[in-house]
Amino acid sequence: MPMVTLRIQRFDPENDQRPVYREYAVNADPTDRVLDAINSVKWYQDGSLTYRRSCAHGICGSDAMRINGANRLACKVLIRDVGAKVTIEPLMGFRVIKDLVVDMEPFFAQFRSVLPYLINDEGAPERERTQSVHEREVYDDTTKCILCAACTTSCPSFWADENFVGPAAIVNAHRFIFDSRDKAAAERLDILNDREGVWRCRTVFNCTEACPREIRITKAIGEVKKAILSSAR
Amino acid sequence: MIHTHTYDALVVGGGGAGMMAAIYLSRESRLRTAVISKLYPTRSHTGAAQGGIGAALGNLEEDHPEWHAFDTVKGSDYLGDQDAIETMCREAVDVVIELEHMGLPFSRTPDGKIAQRPFGGHTHHQGQGPVRRSCYAADRTGHMILQTLYQNCIKNGVEFFDEFQVVDVMLAEGRCVGVVAYEVATGDLHVFHSKSVNLATGGFGRIFSITSNAHANTGDGPAVALRRGIPLEDMEFYQFHPTGIYKMGILITEGVRGEGGVLRNDYGERFMERYAPTMKDLASRDVVARAIYQEMREGRGINGKRYVYLDATYLGAEVIEQKLPDIADFCRTYLGVDPVHEPMPIQPTAHYAMGGIPTNVDGCVVIDDRGTVVPGLYAAGETACVSVHGGNRLGTNSLLDLVVFGRRSGLHMAEFCLEADLGSLPENPTRDVAAELERLLSVAAGEPPARLRQELQDTMMDFVGVFREEEGMRQAMDKVRELKRRYEAVVVMDKGRRFNTDLLEAWELRNLLDLAEVTAASALNRKESRGAHSREDFPNRDDENWLKHTLAVQDVDGGVRIDYKPVTITQFEPKERVY
Repeated sequence: MPMVTLRIQRFDPENDQRPVYREYAVNADPTDRVLDAINSVKWYQDGSLTYRRSCAHGICGSDAMRINGANRLACKVLIRDVGAKVTIEPLMGFRVIKDLVVDMEPFFAQFRSVLPYLINDEGAPERERTQSVHEREVYDDTTKCILCAACTTSCPSFWADENFVGPAAIVNAHRFIFDSRDKAAAERLDILNDREGVWRCRTVFNCTEACPREIRITKAIGEVKKAILSSAR
Repeated sequence: MIHTHTYDALVVGGGGAGMMAAIYLSRESRLRTAVISKLYPTRSHTGAAQGGIGAALGNLEEDHPEWHAFDTVKGSDYLGDQDAIETMCREAVDVVIELEHMGLPFSRTPDGKIAQRPFGGHTHHQGQGPVRRSCYAADRTGHMILQTLYQNCIKNGVEFFDEFQVVDVMLAEGRCVGVVAYEVATGDLHVFHSKSVNLATGGFGRIFSITSNAHANTGDGPAVALRRGIPLEDMEFYQFHPTGIYKMGILITEGVRGEGGVLRNDYGERFMERYAPTMKDLASRDVVARAIYQEMREGRGINGKRYVYLDATYLGAEVIEQKLPDIADFCRTYLGVDPVHEPMPIQPTAHYAMGGIPTNVDGCVVIDDRGTVVPGLYAAGETACVSVHGGNRLGTNSLLDLVVFGRRSGLHMAEFCLEADLGSLPENPTRDVAAELERLLSVAAGEPPARLRQELQDTMMDFVGVFREEEGMRQAMDKVRELKRRYEAVVVMDKGRRFNTDLLEAWELRNLLDLAEVTAASALNRKESRGAHSREDFPNRDDENWLKHTLAVQDVDGGVRIDYKPVTITQFEPKERVY
């Protein structure tokens, strides 16, 4: 098994003045996940290394982090794709709690701010509400979001202004704005027409590149912008 | 530091069952409800379910809840309680419609209804052939259920304690009065005093080395209940899903076979035709997992190795990209295999506990064969054993179980809490867990917990896996007991208080050890083959002696004591099971 060097940013606010980088050498197969290599450090070298993880196959969104400078899920990147020396750092823009664990509360507050749930006060029918295959397709992409925060923490507009609602929240607003069963698109468009809303997006595409679910985020944000413009007319 | 909170109702676990219960509790404005979850709720393993949720909607062809109930009873190898199964299958239709009304983005039929597809063991006219019963949202149905329930919790203002790990359940004077939780961010203990508690902490697949389960699936709910004297039911019945990604165990949905994918051995033969002439690749999971093992044992694994192929190549790119996009992504990411053009290398993977904390159909924890409940204590989802899955669960019935019994337990808890008063806390409720956590931190040098965990997982996989026999299970029991002794000297390297996941992993290992011991002891005790419990030394089902549920209790000396309770049979007499 070849050796790989993990260069990991460590920071424990209880003990450290500022972040430091520590290097760990681990045996890893080319087809191992970066998460497997990090686990191997934690389990057999340094138990104090701290990060979040759960499903280990890219659907729970726990282990988003910066890997060689790009936001990735550690369980969706293989060793063969990152080289023999890998730099691992926490997501940018949120307070570091310890090592690779950042404070996710502001992120979930952004999510909650866009009314991320179906709103339809008309009495529900006895059976399912019908929705055509095409109507369902329109918002399919944005239903894939796992709230990992890789997009929001890759966005220069968010780095510059922490009050910007961020791409993940816009994705989740999009998921309902374009759902034919929902009746509150106007309210959400109003929220996102705010100065901290969609207009902070400068179409840099970092979010789209960062998304582990391959959601076309910049396109979705564009569709929300267009909807605001056409509803204002 | 110890904090104290008071609530009417507490839900432990933020997956499908827990959030469904919380939604129903939140509709009763007179009650204070909180969800305590060791993960952010959207990280829960409900989100990993792929293929669908079973309900006889009949959107594409004739179907009936009675047919669904028959299939579930037969799938359970007649160990499921038929009254509970009838309840689940009857309420399935209504609860799926409710999910749609909550906003769940199901895939759609050409006329705009909820789309449905075939799934293993689901048949029309009691076994005549496959039926389209699985209601799905592409191959991320669990993800959409989890998201939809979380969205509705936000809508209803449900209060969450995220990243709080429950480490004890408080029982006093015969009733449940709350839980003790460890706050991950600070290392503080919290006493949650309440009228009722619903344990909905999911499964414990991490007792096995090849598993579809998340790292977080360490059975925290059943383990704390077990240590407080609550029995665990039917723990010998653990499901191995036929199709996990080779070596990694990542789930490849049965939906692949539902859409027409087939299993092939080294000769390219569609071997399921020999094992299940009618249902073939869509026989129930225990049957298919055993067939794959049999093929591998007889040297027909691919290149003689321990895997076979799941072939979806002739489904065409459109079906795969539209209906199975996540599966395609997993294969490309982890295997470098494109399922549009190449078959997927798969092996059975530890997937789902049919057993768990015994409950009735309202989620009330039941501790004996006379239906005695512990007032205020509930369980739901994979943590619970109602029992609707008996010896083997059908695909799509886990998502169904967690929404139906999440809802029923939430409703019953709400009624209970409106009537009940707040019981008294036991004296010094944090003493035991505080002492154990301190002990773990005080060990200066010793073995890493991870080494013990790996040995445990390898042992359980080898000796308490798809095929079992007496000698191997005895070895497994000895090994687990040796590991429990060595556990007393494991070292936690992180001595800090803040976000100490090193300490939590050590704590979770203790849960895994206790649950593995009960699983092995229950398996060793059951001298027959039924459902997922397949013994080479007792290859036949034995209804005369073993048509009964196991109840396993942890003895004061740490051993396991076995008792039984009868199976409820209503309309389906036990018959030979052929697919």
